[in-house]
Amino acid sequence: MAFLKDRAKFCRLETIRLIEIAKVGHYTSVFSAAELFSVLYYDAMDLRRGEPKWEDRDRFMMGKGHAAVGLFPILADLDFIDRDVLDGYTRLGNPLGDHPDMTKVPGIDFSSGSIGHALSAGCGMALAGRMLGKDFYTYVMIGDGELQEGQVWEAALFGAHNKLGKLIGIIDRNGYQLDGSVDDIIGVEPIVEKWQAFGWETHVVDGHDVAAVATLFRMLKTDHERTRPVMIIAETVKGKGVSYMETEPGWHLGYLDPSDAARAIAEIEAMEI
Amino acid sequence: MNKPLSDKSWQYRQLNAVTPGLDALSDALIELVAAGEPIVAGTADLQYSNGLAKFHTLHPDRFVQFGISEQNMVSAAAGMAAVGMKPYVATFASFLALLCCEQIRMDVAYSKLPVRLIGHHAGISLGFYGTSHHATEDLAIMRSIANLTVIAPADGNQLKEVIKAANDYPHPIYIRIQRGRDPEVYADRQPFKIGKAISHYSGTDLTIIATGSTVHPALEAARALRAAGASVGFLDMATVKPIDRDAILEAAGQSPRILTVEEHNVLGGLGGAVAEVLASEGLPVKLTRHGIYDEYSLIAPPTHLYAHYELDAKGIEARATRLLEGRA
Repeated sequence: MAFLKDRAKFCRLETIRLIEIAKVGHYTSVFSAAELFSVLYYDAMDLRRGEPKWEDRDRFMMGKGHAAVGLFPILADLDFIDRDVLDGYTRLGNPLGDHPDMTKVPGIDFSSGSIGHALSAGCGMALAGRMLGKDFYTYVMIGDGELQEGQVWEAALFGAHNKLGKLIGIIDRNGYQLDGSVDDIIGVEPIVEKWQAFGWETHVVDGHDVAAVATLFRMLKTDHERTRPVMIIAETVKGKGVSYMETEPGWHLGYLDPSDAARAIAEIEAMEI
Repeated sequence: MNKPLSDKSWQYRQLNAVTPGLDALSDALIELVAAGEPIVAGTADLQYSNGLAKFHTLHPDRFVQFGISEQNMVSAAAGMAAVGMKPYVATFASFLALLCCEQIRMDVAYSKLPVRLIGHHAGISLGFYGTSHHATEDLAIMRSIANLTVIAPADGNQLKEVIKAANDYPHPIYIRIQRGRDPEVYADRQPFKIGKAISHYSGTDLTIIATGSTVHPALEAARALRAAGASVGFLDMATVKPIDRDAILEAAGQSPRILTVEEHNVLGGLGGAVAEVLASEGLPVKLTRHGIYDEYSLIAPPTHLYAHYELDAKGIEARATRLLEGRA
């Protein structure tokens, strides 16, 4: 588990480094999902290093596409993209921007940016996988604020109706969106009961506990006969790892000046492995 | 699977016992499945309207019923294409092009996924169902989306050929059809080339350029005018994007007047596309764009509407005559 924790730390530190290039970005959306990214890419998903187009790979896509800056370092780490491409984040002509683009970035399985489409696309992937006789799993990470989009619930109906047992959704339930707390803006609770009522298998997990998350994903993959899609509600902290971001919700979009960045890096370095 | 239908039911009446032309879409897809293509067809609670019911019955494992969730259908089709399927999804053009505009832009076109979007009952063909169901903006919207090809076949036979041509086409396509039981323009199936206009006549007084459902009545109008002695050319501009610039420029070189005819707002559709080509070349041609004149269409049976908007053969002929006589 130390390795998975280390990769989550790597994801956070690289995010700070890359956002320094763009001078603005979504730190906290990455920090809430860093352990989830780590477990998915280094433990749960069937992937082949250096082979982003391997057709039997598990698929991953993000409705919360603005957290892509945390995903790109992992793609580079897995030899899906070159280091110098990573280091050119957001520069003119570079394929890496604030949101993931499947046409430009090897290892991105689906483009996103517009909130609420990803679970539908994941339904399509999972269904097509079954039609094609493939065994891959489709993972879709969505934000809790994203649940405000109506299309998510169209997909919820569709996934359950079509018994998409190889579709695994993950809600990064960090409680915040751009304008404030999800509860204050348009409440989406009770999340667990909603997904259960829509016919999904649900699991609640501490999204920063790599051991718990890894165990859950492994358990899910042992059930090959599952007919219900799965929704994991990952309890997370927006800005996890940087104290002043965890307690100040206004950091959905922001820029750390060099002194704040140094404090953030020190705090992340000090995170327990 | 489809259950047997009562012969009193609306669904039964939509099937081929009453309206044989409705099967064109299914027939074309069935041919592709037979050829081993990874086709999947999807609909949003309209399998009897768009004629996919036949495909559903024959290939239930390749048919997806999305229910009344058009946006989910478009995004899911993109997901299916991303892992190697060839999805064809169909619903009313009004809902597909307008309700799902953003899903089409982001998930299909931006990502360059080979999804085929079938917008049926386009224009005012849904008649008395009301303006909500009329699609008179879809060509303009779809045409402005990068990477997206826009095709409006004139009849079932051409639709079949369009789908055949689409099979290996590397871009997403919006295919605009009417009711699937339009009068036949092409008795024989002629190979369709995406981006190439079909020239029926050339003329030195006027060239009529029509697309989709207006090809049949506009062609009748052209024939009547020719019979009366006018030199009238005719182009079926089935591919609205990318538009056949060469055919337009050739027509403009031959005739000093061009009349575009479409079951669509005159803004942004076929007429707009032709105007862009002519303007960019600075050609001294009198262009008249005929269609719905930037208004919401009335509610009436389709035949009444076509007469009202001069989109039937008689109306188009009258419109062309006014243009020929310098009255418009």
